[in-house]
Amino acid sequence: MASQLIARAGRAFGPVREARGVPRWIVWAGIVLTLLFVVMALTAPWISPYAFDQYKDASGQRFVKQQAPSSAHPFGTNVQSTDVMSRVIWGARTELKVVLFAVVVSLLVGLPLGLLSGYFGGPVDRVLVLIMDALFAFPYLLLAIVIAFLLSDKFGSGVATAAFAISAVYIPQYFRVVRNHVVSLREESYVEAARALGARPRTVIGRYVFQNVVQSVPVIATLNAADAILTLAALGFLGYGIQPTDAAEWGYDSSRALSDAGAGIWWTGLFPGMAIVLLVTGLTLLGEGLNDVLNPVLRRRKMEPVTLPPRAPQEDRA
Amino acid sequence: MAKPTTSLRTYALTRLALVLPMLWILLTLVFFMMRVAPGDPVTAALGGRLPEKELQERRHAAGYDKPLIVQYVDYLGDVARLNFGTTITDDRPVTDVIIENGSATLELTFWAMVVALSVGIGLGLVAGRLRDSGADVSIRMFGIVVYAMPAFFLGFLAQLLFGERLGWLPTSGRASPEVQFLLPTHTHLYLIDAIIYGDWATFKDVVLHLILPAATLGLIIAGVLIRLVRVNVLQTMKGDYIEAARARGIDEKSVVYRHAFKNALVPVVTVLGLQVALLMSGAVLTETTFNWPGIGFELVRYLNNRDYIAVQGIITFFALIVIFVSVLIDFVNAWIDPRVRY
Repeated sequence: MASQLIARAGRAFGPVREARGVPRWIVWAGIVLTLLFVVMALTAPWISPYAFDQYKDASGQRFVKQQAPSSAHPFGTNVQSTDVMSRVIWGARTELKVVLFAVVVSLLVGLPLGLLSGYFGGPVDRVLVLIMDALFAFPYLLLAIVIAFLLSDKFGSGVATAAFAISAVYIPQYFRVVRNHVVSLREESYVEAARALGARPRTVIGRYVFQNVVQSVPVIATLNAADAILTLAALGFLGYGIQPTDAAEWGYDSSRALSDAGAGIWWTGLFPGMAIVLLVTGLTLLGEGLNDVLNPVLRRRKMEPVTLPPRAPQEDRA
Repeated sequence: MAKPTTSLRTYALTRLALVLPMLWILLTLVFFMMRVAPGDPVTAALGGRLPEKELQERRHAAGYDKPLIVQYVDYLGDVARLNFGTTITDDRPVTDVIIENGSATLELTFWAMVVALSVGIGLGLVAGRLRDSGADVSIRMFGIVVYAMPAFFLGFLAQLLFGERLGWLPTSGRASPEVQFLLPTHTHLYLIDAIIYGDWATFKDVVLHLILPAATLGLIIAGVLIRLVRVNVLQTMKGDYIEAARARGIDEKSVVYRHAFKNALVPVVTVLGLQVALLMSGAVLTETTFNWPGIGFELVRYLNNRDYIAVQGIITFFALIVIFVSVLIDFVNAWIDPRVRY
């Protein structure tokens, strides 16, 4: 059983191992960068020098505010006297938590909605397409801000509010991709064959359509996660993300650092900003690399040297 | 096959007819989104700051004591007359906000697009032409990193380097306070106003203030363009007509410049329309970073003051822009590519 699982997992990673050339580098760079932040998020309590909201040391002495990087504070301290390095490390946890939440919610809503709407069509489909297209065309950040603003009025700002605001941006994307894919699949001959054999819609959708659609999800979800980190940071920057006392968030820290730039204080803005860039780059490379590696149209496999058997002497027929 | 002129007109009319449902849906979404949340906008913005009687009057003046459906119809009617309401917190018609602050955004986004198009198309063509070379890999990396860079972080770095360290460029606002005070406004576009005013020092001040915000926003959008142009060049270079051109003995240089690049840029126009969403989102962040008094900057300010009318008006305006641009792009597309006008 276990060996079977390992073999299955091994097969799933087959394309990654087989990849050659530039896609190979891209996918590995993406994996390494992303893992770096995942490890950072999981081990934050142990590797972070201080708590994310700690502004005093053990003896009760307040940290000097806006202190340049030193051995006690490798990334310096910010205007609120908290340790920048600790906030960067704890921030990884916040970003990944919110984005995971947001991507799962958007998938759970967008995927089934797209499947059903695309498969059954009809007036409901048409109305849904109109609404989703309208939402999709709208500037995504404004949509997220407005939703976060409205939700924070009712529920306060926190991980859930930020995650739902971000989901509102990505649900239309999943819906569109899945629905359009399903509409084209519906006309495929094997789907028609299944229907002709009398398969119920549930079977057709579950076995044939879903299995096909789900193939494109890892790539889209990874790329969307990259995008969602940017949206979350932007929400935080504008003050509609997570409150600084609840958790560390890179976008909020960046907004506080902005006024430091004029005074030449570079460490408060540089490190959270770098963290955003590296994590988003990592996820983008991973998504792009997976696309190059998994998509058979783009895939360039390893060239196997082929030795042909020596040509057997042929009888002259003439 | 109909005559091209006729079919272009038919296409335009069909496309325009399709605008209405989209417009109606966007406006309905905006209206109900803004009304689901608060009890009423007047209390949300001014509650506790004015006596109850005055709040009542204001609510009545703004029509918040009417049934929701009546308010909805009133709203649609107002938008049709391009009346976006009056802000609650500072009694300013939203139309004024759109004209005064919107022109600041227009100035910023126009020059940002100039930066984005020159950097994005230039680098994208080079990368596509030299596929898998060192230049291609570095340009692709540049594109990805720039895309991964939030506008506020790029802005922060620019302020640190060009503002604080080198002291070359101003990092805040559209002009120095004294210039802003003296410059007579005709168009609200400072660059044009400065030219009309005809004073070199004023013009220079306005240009210097524009450089960092426009470059920041432009570079962010260039990231997406690079990638798009590169992929399109790769695809066109595989086309049969490229092979045919080569077979006819046309030298490689003119195959690339006259045949491939031209065709590679056609699909870019379509996707450019989708970039408007990115441009507007980026503008909000860039404006906040550089204290650029644009419409995104104002939106954030009104959001913080919980001014629902202002927010609703500005969002409605954004919805109109989105629709306008999508129609415009479709027309341009139909005009350059006859296959679109079915």
